[in-house]
Amino acid sequence: MASYKPTNIPVYPKLGEKVTEETLYWKNYKTPIQIKEFGAVSNIHFSPVTPYNFAVTAFTRIHLYGLLSQEPVKTFTRFKDTAYCGRFRSDGQLLVAGCEDSVVRLFDVSGKVALRMFKGHTKAVHVTDFTSDRYQILTGSDDYTCCLWDIPNSAQLNTYQEHTDYIRCGVTSQLNRDLFVTGSYDHSLKVFDARVDKSVMTINHGHPVESLLLYPSEGLLVSAGGRYVRVWDLLKGGQPLVSLKNHHKTVTCLALSSNGQRLLSGSLDRHVKVYNTTSYKVVHNFDYPAAILSLALAPEDESIVVGMTNSILSIKHRKPSEEAKETAGHQRRRPSYRVYAHRKSYVPKQDDYLVSKPVRQHLAKYDKQLKKFNVSKALDTALETWIRGRKPEITVAVIRELDRRGTLKNALAGRDEQELSRLLSFLIANLVDARFAPVLITAAEMILDIYQSIIGQSPVVDKQLLHLQSLLERELDYQKDLLEVLGMLDTMFASSLPKIELPCSGISTSNGLPQGQSTDVIFPYNKMQSRVFE
Amino acid sequence: MVEHGDVRVVHKGGSKINFREPALSTDSRFLLCASGESVKVFSTATEECLHALQGHTDLITGVLLRPSNHLQAYSCSLDGTVRLWDFTDGILIRTYSIGYPIYGIYASAKHEGVIFIITPMHTDTNSELFQLVAVHLPQCGEQLVEAKELSAVLSNISSNPAASAFGREGQYIVSAKPLQLEVYFFKKHKSYSFFLKKDNQKGGKNTFTCITCHPTEDCIASGHEDGKIRLWRNFNHRKEYTYSTLHWHHSAVSSLRFTPEGTNLLSGGVESVLVQWRYNQESQRDFLPRLGGAITHISVSPDGALFCTSHSDNKITIIQSCVKVSAVIQGLVKGDRIRTDLMIEPRSKALVLNGKPGHLQFYSLQRDKLLYNLDIVQQEYIHESGLEQFEVVMAAFDASGSWLATVEERKQKAPELELNLKLWAFDDQKQSFVLNTTISAPHEGRITALCFPHVSDGQTTMLVSTSRDGHFKAWQLAAPAHTEDEGPSWSCDFLGAYHSLVPECCCFSADSSLLAVGFQEVVTVWTPASWELLTTLSQPPGAVRDLCFGRLSCSKYLLGATTSRLLCCWNLLTCSLEWVTSMDVSLLLADPLSENMAAFCFEAGSTDLFVFKPGEPRPLFSHKALCSGRVTHAVFVPREVMLESCDEASQWLNCSHLYFLTQSMDLLTFITKAEEDKLTASSKQLVVSDDVAMTPFHLLLGKHRDQLENPQAESRLSVEPIRQPSSSAGINELLQMPAHVLPSASFLCSMFVQSLLISVNKPSEQNKEKEEEMESEKEEEDSDGEMESRISRPEHMPSGESGCAAPALTKEEVRELRRLKKLDHSWMKGLLD
Repeated sequence: MASYKPTNIPVYPKLGEKVTEETLYWKNYKTPIQIKEFGAVSNIHFSPVTPYNFAVTAFTRIHLYGLLSQEPVKTFTRFKDTAYCGRFRSDGQLLVAGCEDSVVRLFDVSGKVALRMFKGHTKAVHVTDFTSDRYQILTGSDDYTCCLWDIPNSAQLNTYQEHTDYIRCGVTSQLNRDLFVTGSYDHSLKVFDARVDKSVMTINHGHPVESLLLYPSEGLLVSAGGRYVRVWDLLKGGQPLVSLKNHHKTVTCLALSSNGQRLLSGSLDRHVKVYNTTSYKVVHNFDYPAAILSLALAPEDESIVVGMTNSILSIKHRKPSEEAKETAGHQRRRPSYRVYAHRKSYVPKQDDYLVSKPVRQHLAKYDKQLKKFNVSKALDTALETWIRGRKPEITVAVIRELDRRGTLKNALAGRDEQELSRLLSFLIANLVDARFAPVLITAAEMILDIYQSIIGQSPVVDKQLLHLQSLLERELDYQKDLLEVLGMLDTMFASSLPKIELPCSGISTSNGLPQGQSTDVIFPYNKMQSRVFE
Repeated sequence: MVEHGDVRVVHKGGSKINFREPALSTDSRFLLCASGESVKVFSTATEECLHALQGHTDLITGVLLRPSNHLQAYSCSLDGTVRLWDFTDGILIRTYSIGYPIYGIYASAKHEGVIFIITPMHTDTNSELFQLVAVHLPQCGEQLVEAKELSAVLSNISSNPAASAFGREGQYIVSAKPLQLEVYFFKKHKSYSFFLKKDNQKGGKNTFTCITCHPTEDCIASGHEDGKIRLWRNFNHRKEYTYSTLHWHHSAVSSLRFTPEGTNLLSGGVESVLVQWRYNQESQRDFLPRLGGAITHISVSPDGALFCTSHSDNKITIIQSCVKVSAVIQGLVKGDRIRTDLMIEPRSKALVLNGKPGHLQFYSLQRDKLLYNLDIVQQEYIHESGLEQFEVVMAAFDASGSWLATVEERKQKAPELELNLKLWAFDDQKQSFVLNTTISAPHEGRITALCFPHVSDGQTTMLVSTSRDGHFKAWQLAAPAHTEDEGPSWSCDFLGAYHSLVPECCCFSADSSLLAVGFQEVVTVWTPASWELLTTLSQPPGAVRDLCFGRLSCSKYLLGATTSRLLCCWNLLTCSLEWVTSMDVSLLLADPLSENMAAFCFEAGSTDLFVFKPGEPRPLFSHKALCSGRVTHAVFVPREVMLESCDEASQWLNCSHLYFLTQSMDLLTFITKAEEDKLTASSKQLVVSDDVAMTPFHLLLGKHRDQLENPQAESRLSVEPIRQPSSSAGINELLQMPAHVLPSASFLCSMFVQSLLISVNKPSEQNKEKEEEMESEKEEEDSDGEMESRISRPEHMPSGESGCAAPALTKEEVRELRRLKKLDHSWMKGLLD
């Protein structure tokens, strides 16, 4: 005797992005903390030493934030004009910043007044950085020059006048105290060596360069400019390795995740994209409310800080790890578990004769009713508010099962106003869902057949029928539009495909959806609509 | 034309076991059922077939226990004979020749020496009128007896044996005609007719379907077309009869049976629910639902311990009296429901085809046994006529047997068609197929063909389906995603079409580098690597119905059968037509192990078979008029052992068997003369050792006895220095048998050692004792009447032996021989009285 086979609830494929390990990792951040700054946040830099404060450069100020504080721990305000590029030294003691007034200021993190002022540029200084020996400063300015300064005596050591446009980004090597790279709006990247008085390598990015990044190994250089992020192999003489075009507006900032496995880029198109640095595929995407100007990651990816043009600073902190949570929960549960563990852990001895209890098949309530051929009751159960709202696929599966058994009409008939309106509201909610449409249209037709005579007797039902009608009209319009789009796409594909000698119309589809699904759906709707009008 | 010499078409297994009501033996140990031209004896405990009682030359129409001897059974057949069998030993005792086709048989303990049979009223024509005839069986010792003493009892009855039944203690016999009940009383020699009351006749669905009588009371139960059961009482008087009505079944009651004590009434019908009614408390019912196909017969063992139900899906269910299923005997399900092709599961070499509704059945051809059913649809089957059910319409295995693709559909009408494509992966742990992917609505139209590429080494990751919606789709096994713990699943990889023509068939080449899809008149050849259309081949006029690539050395050929009665062969190297021949090919298939191809051609109402190699102009084998009607299902089954026949006509059968299903759903195959000889030889061997139930003991003891049975051979063997053959088989048995079913080692040891000994003249002392014990036990059991024959026999037996100049028999041997003779001829007693 075969046991009763329960109703098959189909599992529909989840639409939208696929859940991967990456998305789980990058989604594991709390809701962002948003802090209003005084102007567009142009630069964010994390201190390389604990407690990992970060400097946020916005308008005429530089704020220092602690990793978990929402208020600035320190503020540098001694700028005459807009400040640029506040950066920490590798020991976290000093901070350097450029300014619109062409003066470069050096601050002690604990002090307020600038320790040194480097004057020599003639225009705004957008780029500042410490060299790896910690005694020199690199600056780049809108007067097309970049300079090296000595910190102890604030003297200008060297000036390079090779760029032909504003220098807007630059980075010093952390391994060699003499090497640094600058990027300019003249589309070029230049690698300088302080030991010689001119650039040792020039790379053409092809667009005004907005941001630069060196890999920790310093074999690879990443540049961002225009809509492109390009990766260059410095060891092979600046050979292009890969070019990424995933943003649709200018890419403004770059960052590496702490282990160097992921590259992040922020853009004016309000997205931050995460790339895998082995495959250079986008593995995740963050959306922000405004165009992004600056981006930084705390060590170990503990937080992501993003600065935007609307002067909002957004800080996302990582959620505490699952393990810590789990151990806590486990401990709480243990006592009650122990009581029952005794019976389950009993191991039968060799001579024991095992009397196995027949395993009772668990059936859902609607299945029990279907088993007894109580079709109306089964439909009632499936239409309960919880199932109807949360799991419409169960309701639809029960309706399909009733249809298969040829008893759907019996189940739908003989309902009072309240029950009928419940049915209709379910139809209104789900009729236009492409997954459920074939089943629900059959059911809707039956309902119209059965309750045709009582139309006009109940205001509630009439209102719902009208609603259904307008819904169908709208859906028909959508479908028509979609068909038009489909036609347009077809012509585009046909013209863009290379001419093949053989008459062949093979079109590859990567998703499993049949192409003509929309056309398939539209006809029953048409029929339905004409019926509702009646 | 090649002579087909010694190749013969034979029926192969899978005959109906649900044709007539099975009979249960008195001790409930055996079940006898009519199966084609033989009666099969099954063990109710193990479901194994113990014997096939062969002898009838036409369809058997009834099996019945002999009322006077519970170890014997009658069987009747359309060949006009009634045969008496000893079913425990599988021996034919006597044949009664009646001379008319027999449709049913009845007997009653009260009417000794008389059986009642159903025969047509007019012998010459295929009349619809039947009569019940009493046959007096002559008492004589001959094997073949002609029974001439016939007397008609009732006329104009139904040919269905369920529509007649014996009443209490055989006092009367009841027969149901379409709308009346006729009761014949043997005492009065009179028959009465009873009708339903006028107000109950409305509706017109009152036709009687089956009938049974209460064993101890005067009560007749009748089943009706509308699902009602009526209990008739007080019918000794013509006028004052009464009846009551029971109603549970929603459609026709197909079988009714009282339990031997008459406490319960069992009924069954299309719903496949066995209903047990308490007699006199009819409101109390027990149900046994979901038994499988519609119940066609119910039978009850004479001791009431077991019931069994036959089902429309060629199944017998054995049910304990506590309404619990204890065993299921399943035959090959055949019928018009078969819509899948015949297939061979590459792992078990089982034949796969539609089975129960919504299932695929895996049938072992070697053992003629159903291995298992695979539930494809996985939905509760609603037994209701006229309901559209999901049906498995297509299935395909990949070359290694690790994937199975099935298509199920519901509703034939185009707009409401429901289609599901399911892909099943073979699970090594479960040794069964497990559902991997369900694709609902894979196409918008019905699927016309489904095929996997033939690569046998690597994992198959592709499937091609063609549909009436004008597309063919390639499905690909997607690589497992990173985090999802589910394994890989299938998704659409490519959608192909050609000028909005409808693809009818598809086929992969032998190395799977090419895919041929037949779009009506045009054959398109694609490369699966890049899904480019390589070339088109066309042969006007007529749509291509079947496509097949050649194998091995002929893999450059593509064969196509068209609706315009042409068989075309294209050479793919030149992309040109190699040859065309005019024949109406209904089925084209390639042997996977050789270059041979088989074409079933429909010609003038019957089917011809041609076996040929695509590269050679002359067919290897042809068989005209194979069977009537079209052959649409056939399959090549790889042999386990290759034959090495050099005969030209049978060479094509060296690698594979060819099985095919005729329009009348008979499973036929080809057999060569050499094979046939081998088969008959082996079956003869079986007959010798068949007289004891096959138990592990028998396997050991039987061997031992065989040695004693022919002392001549024994003595001859004793001369030879090494005597291996019989004992080595015994050792094998001993080694293969699971230890828990073997008798204790101490018992076996002596026997085992003895079988290895060279001399039989000096059996060990211990063994002698054992035999003497057995002997004495036997003697106690024996009746005194046998004594005489027992004494007389040893006298002339040794005398006959001595003539053959054999060495004198030892005392033990003589005693053993005597015991054996006595055992074998115990049924003689039954014959003598």
